[in-house]
Amino acid sequence: MFNIERWQEIFEAIAKNKLRTFLTGTSVASGIFILVILLGAGKGLENGIAKQFENDADGVIWIWAGTTTKEYKGLNPGRRIQLRNSDFEISKQKFEDQIDKKSSKFSIWNGNIVYGKETGNYDCQGVSPDHQAIEKVTITEGRFVNLLDIKNNRKVAVIGQKLKNDLFKEKNAIGEQIAISNVKFEVVGVFTDPGGEREETRTYLPVTTVQQVFGSGSDKINDMSFTLHKKDTYEEALAESKKFTDGVSQLLKGKNTVAPDDTSAIGINSTVENIKQFYDLNLYIRLFFWWVGICTIIAGVVGVSNIMLIIVKERTKEIGIRKALGATPLSIVGMILHESIFITTIAGFVGLLSSLALLELVGPQIKSDYFLNPEVDFTIALSTLILLVIAGALAGFFPAYRAAKIKPIVALRDE
Amino acid sequence: MIEIKDLHKSYKMGHSELHVLKGINFNIKEGELVAIMGSSGSGKSTLLNILGILDEADSGDYVLDNVPIKKLNETIASKYRNQFLGFVFQSFNLINYKSALDNVAMPLYYKGVKRKERNEIAMKYLEKVGLVSHSHHLPSELSGGQKQRVAIARALASNPKVLLADEPTGALDTLTSYEVMELIQGINDEGKTILIVTHEPDIAAMCKRNVVLKDGVIIDDKYVEQVRASSYV
Repeated sequence: MFNIERWQEIFEAIAKNKLRTFLTGTSVASGIFILVILLGAGKGLENGIAKQFENDADGVIWIWAGTTTKEYKGLNPGRRIQLRNSDFEISKQKFEDQIDKKSSKFSIWNGNIVYGKETGNYDCQGVSPDHQAIEKVTITEGRFVNLLDIKNNRKVAVIGQKLKNDLFKEKNAIGEQIAISNVKFEVVGVFTDPGGEREETRTYLPVTTVQQVFGSGSDKINDMSFTLHKKDTYEEALAESKKFTDGVSQLLKGKNTVAPDDTSAIGINSTVENIKQFYDLNLYIRLFFWWVGICTIIAGVVGVSNIMLIIVKERTKEIGIRKALGATPLSIVGMILHESIFITTIAGFVGLLSSLALLELVGPQIKSDYFLNPEVDFTIALSTLILLVIAGALAGFFPAYRAAKIKPIVALRDE
Repeated sequence: MIEIKDLHKSYKMGHSELHVLKGINFNIKEGELVAIMGSSGSGKSTLLNILGILDEADSGDYVLDNVPIKKLNETIASKYRNQFLGFVFQSFNLINYKSALDNVAMPLYYKGVKRKERNEIAMKYLEKVGLVSHSHHLPSELSGGQKQRVAIARALASNPKVLLADEPTGALDTLTSYEVMELIQGINDEGKTILIVTHEPDIAAMCKRNVVLKDGVIIDDKYVEQVRASSYV
């Protein structure tokens, strides 16, 4: 490899055979280029489709408190258990690594809402900012409850589309003041909910505000909900969910002095079991694009191999001459492979870098529901390149070896 | 220089066997200029391939410069070719993307000579064939006679014991043929052993010895009065 004379010989061959070098280089570079773009596009489609179904993906774990049914540590059954902020905080802290979205809720049912002459009784829920993601609430105007609202106990309200229609008709609602049970709130957002009209009659308020204004400053909460980080397979997601629910149940029962097997005092409901479909779909999408990727790589390998075959064929006579002049078969094979690996590597890198640059530049510009972040893992792209170079070398090796074995007199025979 | 004893060679042609060389015996001393003649199919090319270690005989002995040539592996065969033999072909067989100088330097590359020294030696041999002015020309920029002279310079570059020429004038017109023969005679005059395969009587007449092959055996082997090519040029 580090034979300077061999390098000189190869550089000369490369420099003097510009067309051959150019064609080989171009085909390898464009092969890699197309391959990486296809892999990137595949990834983009995968991301896009995954995003489309992402909303259905979250298994929500919902935790509420009820009445004890079992005697425990000298305490009678029939005791009412109340969840508090501290229950939410300790759960959040203890399972921080597992938890993705979290929300605690404190509600007033049938809050009387007044705007101008319009009035009605609606469900008013105090929630955390993450509630938007957990409930799949879509904001159509303004914004949802945010962290500052929570921190400063702001009197802001996010109202459902139906409620807005009832109170505001065609008028603009954002920035208007409404009175909820005689307390003034500013409307900061309007939402729609895939759950339908019933959900859209709700009003969301910051949980801390509701606790302060309607709960007399208490730290009570009605329930809390969590989603966990996504897993690669349904089985893992299920196991993770089981681990979390067991853990959080034990934690809360211990904290509130509830018998470990009392399921009605601390209730936990997980919908993770229901999201198998999503994981299946995701798996199929990934398998499909793996298949596309493998096929493209095979096409690339065949293309590069083909070029190598043609090059060796073209050089048969030269090989015969070199052999007659004293070249050993090994030096012939070495020379051809050395040259081809050199060209394919350089050209491959050019193709790789230009395709990555294109993905980097154009990728974020593409706005489509089913296409998102077309990206290629650099390691994958690099291993693809190495695979192609090896394939090219292998494809070149066999004909080169055969050509080197041919008796020079046969190789030199006049056409 | 070359000793051949009872050389046999046959080729398999499907199911039948073609016996090409049927017991060849002859010796060539150093400094000889031998023409091997015969019609096509007489086995002269096969004999030349065996002499050039490009092919191996089925039986018989071949001793080249006191080295027995038998059952060599490819690597040693290449080494011997590089060390002992220089080839000149009918169709020149220059590497078309290399300049005349680089073509001549090629055997030295395989001999392991460093680039600078290689080019100096190659230049010396180009001078010998009168083509220093064309040293950086590609083969495509040279005439047939010039190409063959570059090929001869290349064959000489590694200073081989024997020069083997397969129809060296086969692709050239008469005048150019004689010019090439004049060059070959000059090299022979300096003491180089040369074998030429040819079917042209006038070319054979310019050698010192004529060996005639027919159907795989030598039917005639005689020393002749050499015609100097310079008398035609």
